[in-house]
Amino acid sequence: MNAYVYILGMWLITAVIRVLPLLVLRHPIKNRFLKSFFHYVPYVTLAVMTFPAIVHATDSTLAGAVALIAGIILAWIGANMITVSAACCVVVLVLELIV
Amino acid sequence: MTRKGAFLKGMKAGIPIALGYLAVSFSLGIAAKAVGLTAFQGFLASLLNSASAGEYAMFSLIGAGASIIELIFVSIVANGRYLLMSCALGQRFSEDTPLIHRFGVGLYITDEIFSLSVSIPGKLNPYINYGAIAVAVPSWAIGTALGIIAGNILPARIVSALSVALYGMFIACFIPPAKKDRVLLFAIPVCFLLSYLAFRLPYIGELSEGTRAVILTVVIASVLAIAFPVKGEEEEVQP
Repeated sequence: MNAYVYILGMWLITAVIRVLPLLVLRHPIKNRFLKSFFHYVPYVTLAVMTFPAIVHATDSTLAGAVALIAGIILAWIGANMITVSAACCVVVLVLELIV
Repeated sequence: MTRKGAFLKGMKAGIPIALGYLAVSFSLGIAAKAVGLTAFQGFLASLLNSASAGEYAMFSLIGAGASIIELIFVSIVANGRYLLMSCALGQRFSEDTPLIHRFGVGLYITDEIFSLSVSIPGKLNPYINYGAIAVAVPSWAIGTALGIIAGNILPARIVSALSVALYGMFIACFIPPAKKDRVLLFAIPVCFLLSYLAFRLPYIGELSEGTRAVILTVVIASVLAIAFPVKGEEEEVQP
């Protein structure tokens, strides 16, 4: 099969996955369970995607772990997204130079 | 906020996403090159799909000459989490938002742009998303093409350091709400623990990262929704 078939095929399927719920669920959900479920979904999904993936993303596991802790502390004391993100990178860069 | 103001705000917020994307898509480009894609094909794949795990999977399918059935199956498994994100984002749109905006925002739901949308309190403003998309998606597509053209030009140390940029964004998204909400404060370490256990367990650990994220999210968010249902309308109305 031509590479373009794969590229366009995945695009079509993924576009349906991404757009369909937004087009179908146009009204606020009244059901208390579903309402609560979708309230928690964003934070839960981002948390499970962060750990343990962050410690596997870096060459050194320790650097990834320290970046996670540094990120949590900075976000806790109110640093914005850019700062947290950049600080995590710097932590990994520095630690991997040392370790 | 004016449309232009929102768009600019989105562009600014999109900069760290774009930097993270450049690094990740560069290594994605190296994978694309390995299966014989041209720089243009890699650029197009990333411009349209904007999905890291999904694209990695797609490139390995191309390398293996997989069938269309496999392509459909892998697309759903690797990108299924966007279905949940789309459902969740739908609840943040104001009801009178024109459909075209639901379409425009939906088409470019990525982990990072979703994370950005969620981090902004109040109703979702599609122009913020468009601004972020305008900065982040071209960076993702160009990075893929550069990875195909330039291969191993970026030092491994830099790639390793930049690879945590996107996780830094996620952290900046779920920590501030956890500070204000006791349930989340307790739930986040539990998410970490369960995610780690799922990674180590047989069978579940062998699934793709995307699929594990979907299973964990459905289970944990369901338990939380049953144990700690949210009250009425008071949340998310702050300006």
